[in-house]
Amino acid sequence: MIYKVIAKREFEKFIDALVRENLSYGPKQVDTDKNGEPIYQFVEVTAVSDIAFDYTVTYSSAKHFLLPFRENLSHFTYTDGDWEQEITYDSKPVVLIGLRPCDIGAINILDSVLLNGHFPSPHYLARRKNTFIIGMDHLPPPDCFCKSMNRHTVTSGFNLFCSDIGDSYYLSINSSKAYNYLKEFEVTDPTDEDDCRLIERRKLIKQSFKTDVEVTGLPSFLDIEFDSPIWTKWGDKCLNCGTCAMVCPTCYCYNMEDRPDTDLQGSSRQKQLYSCNLVDFAEVAGGHNFRPKNGDRLKYRYYHHYLGFAENANQQICVGCNRCGRACLAGINPKDVINDLRMEKESCMICVSQSPPKT
Amino acid sequence: MQHLGFSHKKIKIGSFDFTCCEGCQLQFANKESTLPAFLELLDIRNFREISSERHDDYDIALVEGSITREDEVERLKTIRKNAKVLIAYGTCACFGGVNSLKNNFPIEETVREVYGNHAVDTLPVRRISDVVDVDFSIPGCPVSKEEVERIVVSIATGSMIDLPKYPVCVECKQQLNTCLFDLGEICLGPITRAGCNAVCTTGKTACLGCRGPADDINFESFMQLVADHKLSSEDLDEKLGFYNCFEEFRHDKS
Repeated sequence: MIYKVIAKREFEKFIDALVRENLSYGPKQVDTDKNGEPIYQFVEVTAVSDIAFDYTVTYSSAKHFLLPFRENLSHFTYTDGDWEQEITYDSKPVVLIGLRPCDIGAINILDSVLLNGHFPSPHYLARRKNTFIIGMDHLPPPDCFCKSMNRHTVTSGFNLFCSDIGDSYYLSINSSKAYNYLKEFEVTDPTDEDDCRLIERRKLIKQSFKTDVEVTGLPSFLDIEFDSPIWTKWGDKCLNCGTCAMVCPTCYCYNMEDRPDTDLQGSSRQKQLYSCNLVDFAEVAGGHNFRPKNGDRLKYRYYHHYLGFAENANQQICVGCNRCGRACLAGINPKDVINDLRMEKESCMICVSQSPPKT
Repeated sequence: MQHLGFSHKKIKIGSFDFTCCEGCQLQFANKESTLPAFLELLDIRNFREISSERHDDYDIALVEGSITREDEVERLKTIRKNAKVLIAYGTCACFGGVNSLKNNFPIEETVREVYGNHAVDTLPVRRISDVVDVDFSIPGCPVSKEEVERIVVSIATGSMIDLPKYPVCVECKQQLNTCLFDLGEICLGPITRAGCNAVCTTGKTACLGCRGPADDINFESFMQLVADHKLSSEDLDEKLGFYNCFEEFRHDKS
């Protein structure tokens, strides 16, 4: 890593040059909610003035730039009793601006699943290699719990990371591409004072978290609480609408469909991001549904996020951004669900009550 | 026609309209880019929007509209007799649709309001399935041509036909739309079947549920969230009743 400092006005020039020449996405206010608060999304930006650098949080994550909600994986053409498969990995170079440490952490998790797992995805790889990521630190919104998940800082997965130290940014340069781009602009080596301001900034961020979710030992808690009535309690609220998984920066589960062309001369293999809360997520051929109950589906979403990955890959895949909690119309959020589980555990230990019978 | 080494006969199809705007049938002839290939799959036996020929030997009958007159009942029964497969086509056919609003008033009053003293033969609005057996439903006001095309191709290739089981929210979030509840509006997206690609909410108009309830919706939780957001119950009732799609749930609520 190389460290430099850039004045904010110079930084704006740098970003402007970058977004004018490249397909770029950054945070932008798209609406004002009923309470007068701005709603942000990562959308296409064509000038630095489009970008809301001081945004609080985007409603949806940046996941879909690397993992589209829908994509054609391949196309088959039928010829004389035979067929040919055509696969393309076309991916335009993309610049993503203003991602928070938790969002970059989420991309690192997607990397570990989709690049470094047993079955790497060439489609994901094509996009990932062609994506230039500029991260920016921020003071956390009150309901953000990424510190609990240890995702409030990030050391890899980006090309350039900017820490706000007043009238300038402290840059962590993590790629030769970023270093070369910056050559055209006025940057300085960090002074002792800059280092000091960076440390103060980090301290301030660390102290600004208002929400803490206790996740130590959570995998075993979850294992023990398989039959907890808490799953029914929260499941009864769940609308099965899949919103949580759509806005989540790490939910990557999907559905696959083969769609014949209308002229029947070929077909497309299409992938669609899905949600384990959708009613037919665990439905198999013949119509049997392994998880017909809301509570069971919700439980397995929590299991995937906080248990399965922790046991198999030594990390939980939730980054603590609370996008799911904010977007859930039924008011289901990780903090309350996890706290509920812990409370139940504590009361159970006190009263030594039996677990309810398996349903 | 050949597909994966199997040959297919063209699908003999008839399309019929009852009380409706015929907009769904118009959708059938939409989407020019694939229209020639689409029509190639079909042997159109009876379809007044597309052809002036009239034949009664169709395998599949698409039935658009709701039933609001006695003569429509007889005509529908004949179609059912002629067709091997009858598809309720569009929201009016599947649920009664917007026409059903009439059922909220005494029938004489509705006639007087629209036709004055002119005598009109009319009955309370009924769905197609209230009158004859329906084999499959394609909801939507209007139906989505893409979905119709997919279903027709599935029939042609003998593969499974299916509608999305999940609600509109999935497609709405994929469009990166602002949730209309965040803007202080009631939207039926969380309980309505997807497949429309969230076209209304993408245009910032609340979902009125024209595609009917998704599979296994949590209606109770939905009613609760509208109450928790302190939104108007009159507005909710109006939206739920707009297409007559949620009657079985509304009557359960008390």
